[in-house]
Order: sequence, then C-alpha cells, then structure tokens
Amino acid sequence: MLWIAWKMLIGNRAKYLGIVFGVAFAALLIAQQASIFCGLMSLTVSQILDIEGAGIWVMDRNVRYVDDIKPLPDTDLYRVKGVPGVDWAVRLYKGIARARVDEGSYEQVILLGLDDATLVGAPTHMVHGSIADLRSPDAVIMDVAGHKRMWPGEPYRAGRVFEMNDRRAVIVGLTQTRRTFQSFPVIYTRYSQAVRYAPAERKVLSFVLADALPNESPGTVAARIEAQTGLLAITRQDFLRKTIRYYLLQTGIPVNFAVTVLLGFLVGTAIAGQTFYLFIVENIRQFGALKAMGTGNGTILLMVLAQALQVGVVGFGIGVGMAALFGWSIQGFSKLAFFMPWQVIVITAAAVFLIVLLASLLSIRRVLVVDPAIVFRG
Amino acid sequence: MTTPPDTDQFLSAESAAAMAVRVRGVTKEFGAGDAIARVLRGVDLDIPYGELLMLVGPSGCGKTTLVSIIAGTLGPSAGEVTVLGRDLVAMGHAAKVRFRREHVGFIFQSFNLLPALTSVENAAVPLVIAGWRRRKALEVAADLLDQLGLGDRLTHLPGELSGGQQQRVAIARALVHDPKLLVCDEPTSALDAENGRITMELISRIAVQRDRAVIVVTHDSRVYAHADRIASMEDGRIESVAVGPRKQSGTGA
Repeated sequence: MLWIAWKMLIGNRAKYLGIVFGVAFAALLIAQQASIFCGLMSLTVSQILDIEGAGIWVMDRNVRYVDDIKPLPDTDLYRVKGVPGVDWAVRLYKGIARARVDEGSYEQVILLGLDDATLVGAPTHMVHGSIADLRSPDAVIMDVAGHKRMWPGEPYRAGRVFEMNDRRAVIVGLTQTRRTFQSFPVIYTRYSQAVRYAPAERKVLSFVLADALPNESPGTVAARIEAQTGLLAITRQDFLRKTIRYYLLQTGIPVNFAVTVLLGFLVGTAIAGQTFYLFIVENIRQFGALKAMGTGNGTILLMVLAQALQVGVVGFGIGVGMAALFGWSIQGFSKLAFFMPWQVIVITAAAVFLIVLLASLLSIRRVLVVDPAIVFRG
Repeated sequence: MTTPPDTDQFLSAESAAAMAVRVRGVTKEFGAGDAIARVLRGVDLDIPYGELLMLVGPSGCGKTTLVSIIAGTLGPSAGEVTVLGRDLVAMGHAAKVRFRREHVGFIFQSFNLLPALTSVENAAVPLVIAGWRRRKALEVAADLLDQLGLGDRLTHLPGELSGGQQQRVAIARALVHDPKLLVCDEPTSALDAENGRITMELISRIAVQRDRAVIVVTHDSRVYAHADRIASMEDGRIESVAVGPRKQSGTGA
C-alpha cells in the first residue's frame, strides 16, 4: 500500500511541491540560523582553540570567559608550578592594545604575550616567517586577516614597523588563526615584550598555562591547583564550555537566533500543515474508496504517515542541502560566521519530523473519520 | 414492513441458504430528536446467488443507504442483514472491513479511480489491499483489463481515458479479487447512452456468475433490460419486486 500512498502524493505535483517547499523552507531557516549561531559560538572560543599544548588554564576565580581578563600577580605562576602533578606552567598575557597604522589611524588589536623561554601557545599555521623570529627585538607575528584589515591591499613585508601603544613593533611573520568574536587583528609576541606594550598596571599576568604529568589527569591536577592556590584552574575543554555558557546565558544572542528558528518552524509548519491538509481533503473520496474496498484504518494511518515522512525527508534534504550550500558559498569572502556541526543536522531533522507530524495530525483525524459510504454519494 | 412483492421475493427456508443477501425489517435513521430523518422504514429483500438485481426509485428514496448497508459500509438502525451467510449486524468493525476486502466488489457512480495510478494499478488495488505482491497483482489486473478490451490502455492514467474506459477500469477493479457480491452504484449515470449500454453488457456478461450476486442501483431505465429482477423503492420501502427482462428471456442465471 505504501507505493499507492507515494503515487497519490506525487500525483498532485502542485500540492506535493507546496508541502515540500514548506518543509524545505523551515529546514533551511533552522539549519542556516543554527549554523550561524554555532559559528558565532565557535568564534567566542577561537582563542582557546588556537592556544594549543596546554591542558590546564589557571586564572582569577572571577573570570567568566576567555576575554574577561582579571590579571594575576606574577608570583601565582610559581604557586601553580609548586602544585604536585603539574608538569610545567608558563605565563600568558592577553589584552587589547591600540596599533597605529601608516595613515595615522588606529586599530584595536588582541595582544598575546607568550612565555619567553618556551613560546607555549604560539600559532601553529605560519604563512610567513617562523616562530623563532619572535625572539628578535620588538618582534611580533600577526594573523593574516588582521594584516589585511590594517593594511588592506598591501602585500606582506617582513620587517614592517608600526606602533603599538606608542611603542615600536616589527612584523616578523604572518600566521593563519581562527577568526575571533571581535574580529580584531591578533598579534603574538613574547611575554616580556607584551607587558611593555600593555598599559602600566600592578598585575599583568592574564593566565597561567599548565599541563599535568603524563600519569596524572588534567582534571585531577586542575582540582589540586584550585585547592592549593585558590585560583580557578580548569581543563581546556571546561574553559571552552565555560566561555560558551557565558555567551549563551549572559548575552541575547541565543534568544535572537531562537526567535528566528522558531519563526522558521512555525512558518514551515503552517505552510506544510495547510497544504498537506488540503491534499488530504482533495483525496478524501479516494481514501473513502480505499476504505470501502476494505482498507483498514491502520493501513490508512500508515499511508498518511508515510506520505508525511516522505515530504519530510525530501524537504529536509533540500533545506539542509541549501543551508550547507549557503555556508560553502560564503566561505572565504564573507564575515558571516557559519559552522554546521552534526548536532545542527540532528536538531533540524528532529524539527522537520515534528513539523510533518504536526502537519499530518489534523489530516490523519480527517481521513480516519471519513465514512466509507462517502463513495456512494455522487 | 414492505408491501408484499408481486413476485417470488421471499423464498422458502430451504432456499434461504442459497441467498447471497437477506435483509429483514431494516430501518435506518439519521440525526436525533426532532431532526431525525427516517431513510429506510423496514426493508425486506432477498437476492439469490447468480442474480443481477436492479434497485430503482426516485432520488432520496433510500437506494444508496440500503446498498451501503448491504455492502457493509453503513450499519442499520434496526433489522437483520445477512450477506453471503454472515450476519453483518453482529459483525465488528474490523471484521466488516475484512469482509468487504474479501467478498465485496464496488463500482461507483463517479468511478472513484485513483487519479495518480495507471489503469492496471487501479485495477490491482483490491489485490494490493488483500496483501498480494505488487507484481503478481498487476499481472492479474492486466489480464482482466485485457478481457475488458483495455489491453492497450494499461499504463494510461484515468485522466487520459474516456468515461467509458474509466468505468471499464472500475469494473476490472471491482472484479479482480473475485468477490461474491458486486455492488454497483449508478454505474451508467456518468456515461453516454452507448458507453452505458457497453458497461451494463459487460457487467451482465462478465460479473454475473452462479456464485455471485450483483446489485445495481440505477435511475437509467435503458439498462433495465439487463436485470434479473427489479426492486422499486419509494419513501424508504421496497414497493415492488418485478421479474426483469433478462430472467424472462432466459439469459439470466
């Protein structure tokens, strides 16, 4: 009977396309908006992701997310180093500086100061120059997007000099980094250099990056650091979650996206539901004839659900496909954040399933109560 | 109670077992209270196997309601309905659905073919409902359509067929699962005279068999020639049952 249901469904092209359009529209809107939301969320943690090698991040207890800097005294580094189970610990400076570009205008930049000796947290995807060049006086490495932003259209020139907080800086390399939430240029330098660029403050240490001994778990060692130092020590994964949780709970971003997703869901349900209902009403005599000929309500129910599921699958495929195409097409030249993890696809599939279920519910009732004797009424 | 028939409508107890349809004192009411409509007012009717009975009468006299009750798509308000030896009144919903699926064939006034299915697919529907494999069902349906002169129209959609051809597909659909009761509701009313004649000839030639009863609801007096008996209804009652030309001429069962 399912092939009959399928043929009945596609037999009315206009209605079929109408239902598929409704579902596809909803799927597109849900998947696209959810992916942009995920893209934005991934931007918020891009700096944690870019600093590799450290399994544990130590910070002030009141830090809420990666950009919420509450400086520590330099002595905290040694307190962390003294905790049993800590393999190594280094300093990391993170702050905002003001760079002066050639024309005299200023650009805010994210300044990262890496441990002078080890350069832990250095970028891994160098485009020009090498990490070792950071050891030169006033040396900085800049991200590619930041260089384009500060000197649009100009090619990279090793040794280019500019001012940062009124101090000399020399570009010795370009690196590819993840985009940041603020979209500011990212500048890497040594810790000792960074604190010279930073405004004079009593405390300048932003984070202590550490790692556990090979036979210890980062989580256990982090808990031990917390217990012994009173600082906040969490694993890299937990810091990612903490940062994302902050943006989810403390900003209006999720609500804005949720409203759009909900709108897509409602509009999709309305279009698909209405068209599907009209399709069923239009075919009510055919269903009546099938019932008169001995088709049970269970089979009729199965047919309607199969029809709904079929448009759901096709609509979902088209919608998610178009969302993915959108994401792919804006890659490289758009500032729009777009990241489609598998969870977005699962959520969209669940939403589409709900849409077709809601769309078919009203129709199911209509078709189940139809009197088979309807076929005898001319 | 109906007016006594002028022919042998009521048969002896011995021949009752040979009845395909046995209706006694059937009433049907729609609505409730003051708005109640009494559509059937105590109908008695017997239809033996091998007979084509025509049910005639003015619009609103209860023909369609009676045939719906006999076909098992509608329940009576009171009375006894025994079809093919089964008590339809005592039968549950699921059993009635199964009964219709296995034993009843339908030909409708407006064909009620599924517009998205081809002729052969439409004709195969009762077999598919009965759980046959699609390929086998289509083979059997194609053979029957070929017998009905539609061998070259198997893959046509209903919209691509004339009214007469559509009704032949509907006849194939009604007979493909070899039902013991065939119910035809105004089978010629949507057809011109020639196609109406061809349709009734097909029904009386192919559908009427010794082990099958055929009921035809009709307004069309031109098709009376194919009837074994003609039951006239008026105001929810059977007024008379007359021997039809087919039986008189001896061509009937």
